[in-house]
Amino acid sequence: MAMTSFAVEENDGRDRGGPRQPLLTVQGLKKHFPIRGGIFGRVSARVRAVDGISFAVRKGETLGIVGESGCGKSTVARLLMRLIMPDAGEQIFDGDAVGERGGISVAEMRRQVQMVFQDSASSLNPRMPVQNSIAFGPIALGTRQAEAIGMARELLVKVGLNPALFGGRYPHELSGGQKQRINIARALAMKPRMIILDEAVSALDKSVEAQVLNLLQALKRDLNLTYIFISHDLGVVRWISDRVMVMYLGEVVEIGPADALYASPRHPYTRALLASRPALDPDQRREEAPVSGDPPNPINPPAGCRFHTRCPHAEAVCSARAPMLSAGGDDAHLAACHMQDPSSGHSQALRH
Amino acid sequence: MFGYVIRRLIAAIPIALGVSMICYLLVYLAPGDPVQTLLPPDADAETVDRLKRLYGLDRPLPVQYIEWLGRVVSGDFGRSIANGRPVIEEIQRSLGNTVLLATLSVLVAFSIAFVLGTIAGRKAGTWLDRVVTGVAVLGVSVPNYWLAIVLIIIFSVELMILPSSGTAGERFDPTSWEHIQYLILPVITLSMIPVGIIARTTRSAISEVMNQDFVVTLRANGLPEWRVLKHAIKNALPPVLAVMGLQFGTLMGGSILVETVFAWPGSGYLLSKAILTRDVPVLQGTILVLAMIFVVTNLAVDLIQSTLDPRIRRG
Amino acid sequence: MSTAVSDTAAPDAAELALPTQRGYWGTVGYRLRYDHVTLFFGALLLLIILAAVAAPLLAPFDPYQESIIRRLKPPGYQDRYWLGTDELGRDMLSRLLHGGRITLTMGILPVIIATLIGGSLGVLAGFAGGVVNMSIMRVMDVFYAFPSVLLAVAISGAMGGGAVNGMIALTLVFIPPLCRVAETATTQVRNLDFVDAARATGAPMHLVVRHHVIGNVLGPILIYASSLVSVAIILASGLSFLGLGVKPPDPDWGLMLNALRQAIYVSPLVAAMPGIAILITSISMNLVSDGLRAAMDVRS
Repeated sequence: MAMTSFAVEENDGRDRGGPRQPLLTVQGLKKHFPIRGGIFGRVSARVRAVDGISFAVRKGETLGIVGESGCGKSTVARLLMRLIMPDAGEQIFDGDAVGERGGISVAEMRRQVQMVFQDSASSLNPRMPVQNSIAFGPIALGTRQAEAIGMARELLVKVGLNPALFGGRYPHELSGGQKQRINIARALAMKPRMIILDEAVSALDKSVEAQVLNLLQALKRDLNLTYIFISHDLGVVRWISDRVMVMYLGEVVEIGPADALYASPRHPYTRALLASRPALDPDQRREEAPVSGDPPNPINPPAGCRFHTRCPHAEAVCSARAPMLSAGGDDAHLAACHMQDPSSGHSQALRH
Repeated sequence: MFGYVIRRLIAAIPIALGVSMICYLLVYLAPGDPVQTLLPPDADAETVDRLKRLYGLDRPLPVQYIEWLGRVVSGDFGRSIANGRPVIEEIQRSLGNTVLLATLSVLVAFSIAFVLGTIAGRKAGTWLDRVVTGVAVLGVSVPNYWLAIVLIIIFSVELMILPSSGTAGERFDPTSWEHIQYLILPVITLSMIPVGIIARTTRSAISEVMNQDFVVTLRANGLPEWRVLKHAIKNALPPVLAVMGLQFGTLMGGSILVETVFAWPGSGYLLSKAILTRDVPVLQGTILVLAMIFVVTNLAVDLIQSTLDPRIRRG
Repeated sequence: MSTAVSDTAAPDAAELALPTQRGYWGTVGYRLRYDHVTLFFGALLLLIILAAVAAPLLAPFDPYQESIIRRLKPPGYQDRYWLGTDELGRDMLSRLLHGGRITLTMGILPVIIATLIGGSLGVLAGFAGGVVNMSIMRVMDVFYAFPSVLLAVAISGAMGGGAVNGMIALTLVFIPPLCRVAETATTQVRNLDFVDAARATGAPMHLVVRHHVIGNVLGPILIYASSLVSVAIILASGLSFLGLGVKPPDPDWGLMLNALRQAIYVSPLVAAMPGIAILITSISMNLVSDGLRAAMDVRS
């Protein structure tokens, strides 16, 4: 590290609870979007985008979040950044409750958590040279313009772009991969401890995707970062994640170490998702039928276990009661399925 | 659908109330005591006092407004300062003439503009398209009160084939040339802006259909040109008819200048005379009625359009 | 620098071959340079504005100087009254030049003020959303429920006419449509990812709006405002024509048109002149506005 501004000391001064304390803990996070209708525009229904989810992210790890589109994973990202306000739930960042008395403010949290959006036409301000987009956050928070631009150009080097060539360019003069590098640099400019990557590589070509993923891994090592990596692409999530969380209709159905979860998925939905991937190795084929059809409407999610309408193992108990996340023998690997629970009354409970 | 209609109707109520409120407050925009604007300038103090009591002008503004609204709803718009007649009668007598003028103008505009727009839309990008687009720009750029004068110069002064202004009599007789000839120049003048607007709408609607992938495919496969055109027109018609409806409402309220030039005895001319004589009750009443017609036309267009094409429903 | 990072990103040939950095306004200017129609009418408009500004220098005569003996003379009269004289014997060319100042001011100033007020209200409504949006937009809806000519006539008529009242009326007429355009544009922009990214830095709202929202809504607002100028000039002249705007003897194109109506039998060409001035200005403005719209459309 020749330039020290981005070097992270072995022990980040902002680290409060030590390595054993989770960087982020989320309890009962909930967001229902109202739908207005009827004669007086009253709230006639609610989309239960995120319906009471809890998880923790350890320092230095990458937590992957997967699920079909519409399962609420992107809403989780925006809730964690407080770009939309949650209806309920607690968010604890390194021991401090976010936005609560006695905790840290949303602004303080945002200084430590940043987000990288999916590459799209709208991820960068079309009227701003990209180095200004990167420098905007620091300038807005008080860094001098010249200094912030200098820092932005350093960051361009860090994400593998020549500042002399790219600094003054506008977004439409960049390729998708280059724009995504800029988006990453913009997040890094705030010197975050955690970055939420929301479908950050999903729109890229496979070869470019690999480059950006390598970049992300390298940055994480260099800067001591913690990632939440949201994607619908199971292969990418497995490659980059230490642990993986599977979401279905606003709920967590399974969470566990990436290797364990991919090797022995416990929830039928996870199994179906994995089965629906194109298998490169014929021996790896699974017997589970891939999920068919569209997920049910999140406005009126099915009662009981939300997956029972598409689950090959559904029984009476599944539509009667919602299963809890339970361990089934391994504390690190949880699944919300009655088959995990011997006392549930499901005929196939814990037989596999 | 029914729910939507009800919702649109209910949403129109606050707008109508707001419009009435603005019309009511117009009296207070006038310089000086509002009573002065309701009376001839030479009215004596006793009359002023009597009118103040009569109209409740000594009470708080919201109370006054609600009482005024009550009178207006029952058809009492007050009396004209200029001739002492009830305002509602003046409006009733003139409104029909303006409806006639606006309707004919929109129909004439539609017949011209739809043909022009279709031609331009089919041949988008050619010189023909550019000519039509030029005509459309001219239509919306021309000050129609000036066009009225030019038409009078040409047809009444130079050629002497059409009357320059006025009407043949109180009641319009559609069978008599004597009556019809007075309508021709006002209708042509008033149709200029709608011609420009409708031609533009038609052009973009038609060219959009012509560029749709399946239309291009059908044409490549030898579908006869008239069938393509029929399809394009069918698709272009709803938005064009909607624009036409909105233009009707606009002309009803916007014909004041043209009516003034041609001394056409419609509501616009009434308004213009009321302005010259500072006849505020007539001014207020006419504006209220014309604005309400505009609100109702817009609502009707919205409802008809959403019946035909549920995708465009608002809110 | 960390080697692990830089080796993942050797710049490929495509990166180096990208076009020169032209920027947004550079692209707009580049497109306009090849749009001959817009250029021509833009130049014409500029000429009209310059002529109006320099009217005291250019006008050959005093625009108020009446004369009983040279009333309604045709263009070219005495080789000095190039455009003839009006109903009171005043030089038409001088009056048209001076009238341009008044008419253009009456048309342009209300649009500028309405753009500032309506634009700000619209950006506020669009960015704040919720109750703020509701209350601003519902009030606008009410003003929107009047045809523009009627609203202008109603307000200036009730206020008793005059150039200033006319401009106030026109400003009020143009605030609602500009507010609506600004609100729509802002609502669209505020939901884009880069605005969320800017908010996620923890930057204060006013900075997010200033740096990321304003720049992206300014284009649509200005294009729309420029298209209103032509309407405003026609409306302003219309008000004067009705006796609600500029008062005699000031030269205003609309007022001149009305005064010359009685002269159509004697001197039709002179009578039509103020209208031609309005027409040329309004066509130029419309075409320039269309040209700007096309050039500023980033999608094409």
